[in-house]
Amino acid sequence: MFDTALSANDLIFLAKGAGMTIFVTLIAVFCGTVLGIVFGIFRYQVGPVIAAPLTFVLDVFRSIPLLIQLVLANAFLGMVLRLGMSGLTVACIVLTLYTSAYCAEIVRGAIESVPQPVRRAARSLGLSWRQDMTNIVLPLAVRVGLPSWIGLSLGVMKDSALVYVVQVTELLKSTQILITRLQEPLLLLMICGAFYFLISFPVARLGGYLEKRWTHD
Amino acid sequence: MFNYTFQWKQALARLPQMLDGAVVTMQVALLSMAIGIALAVVLTLFRLSRSRILSGIATSWVEIARNTPALFQIYMAHFGVASFGIHFSPWTSLLLGITFNNAGYLAENFRGALKAIPDTQARAGRSLGLSELQAFRFIVMPQMLRISFLPMTNQMVWAILMTSLGVTVGMNTDLYGVTQDLNALTFRTFELFAVAAVIFYLITKIIQLGARLLARRMFRY
Repeated sequence: MFDTALSANDLIFLAKGAGMTIFVTLIAVFCGTVLGIVFGIFRYQVGPVIAAPLTFVLDVFRSIPLLIQLVLANAFLGMVLRLGMSGLTVACIVLTLYTSAYCAEIVRGAIESVPQPVRRAARSLGLSWRQDMTNIVLPLAVRVGLPSWIGLSLGVMKDSALVYVVQVTELLKSTQILITRLQEPLLLLMICGAFYFLISFPVARLGGYLEKRWTHD
Repeated sequence: MFNYTFQWKQALARLPQMLDGAVVTMQVALLSMAIGIALAVVLTLFRLSRSRILSGIATSWVEIARNTPALFQIYMAHFGVASFGIHFSPWTSLLLGITFNNAGYLAENFRGALKAIPDTQARAGRSLGLSELQAFRFIVMPQMLRISFLPMTNQMVWAILMTSLGVTVGMNTDLYGVTQDLNALTFRTFELFAVAAVIFYLITKIIQLGARLLARRMFRY
């Protein structure tokens, strides 16, 4: 296992793949969170009946394999609408919507966890809806939602391994390309797995720590 | 509106084949859940045990399962293990990968559920003459499984969605694999995968509904 044909160039190739994984993840998490917050507040604000169509669509994103979402989006945007988007764009769009579907759920749960009397007290003290949202709900809801949000972000990073179907060469795909060439699957997969683990594990620990700390006070 | 003619008939004509694939998908997911739950209980016991080695094994299992992509785990079960001269069929690799993943996530859920069960219950059981294992088996475990029923349902849905990854190790009998093969035959990518998406959606809804009915029957107080 220790004499290997792996060269410095191959490591750079892997690093590029890792960079792509991080890039796609950051875009999806950022845009997905913004959209998710909007969807979550909307769903909470207008009630279950009016928000039903949105709820349904978001539920669809959570009930269909990401692989199929990517293939479908690629086929729809490429073959039906003929937009000529790059695979990377399609991957970012799909992952963003996928993230927002989960994020909306977290946001709604977090807002609901703020006790009604607290909010009524805020409103009766003369705070506007916006002031109530930013000064009362936000600090309380973040404590509830942040640990799950961290989990979601890590989940999106792991799920971004699937964007290879739309011809984006991220970490796992570049590993696979190298496996085909070097025929050393175990070593290469170990490197790839170690990378995911090294990013995911500390962040997951941080999430667990925050969750523990915030539930105690 | 579009410069594209939808050919739904071509996709619908293949519906029976796709439904056969859906059966395989369900099979793999259910099996992986059943084995996963059993393994997760064992992992939970390992983590509770005083042995450093056992709890070390359990902790690394859970952390690896939770911190690497499911696709990576399936690759590992197929290509990684093959370097030791063990060659699994795609079906087995997929099952192993998903089971590994399920067991890790479920063990973590079980740990959370254990926190909700007061220590005094196990101690009461012990003082009534049950052995440590009996106290776990008859007092703690039933409550643990009950508390983590909802997370288990979610994990089941995840298992269904994860079966679609089998295609990367050459699986072509599950719903996604069948759809991919049909796509290679007909090139009706959008229509075929849209039908597959609807089937996946229906499967997850049926599971969620079934779980709700089951919970209502089982957990009546």
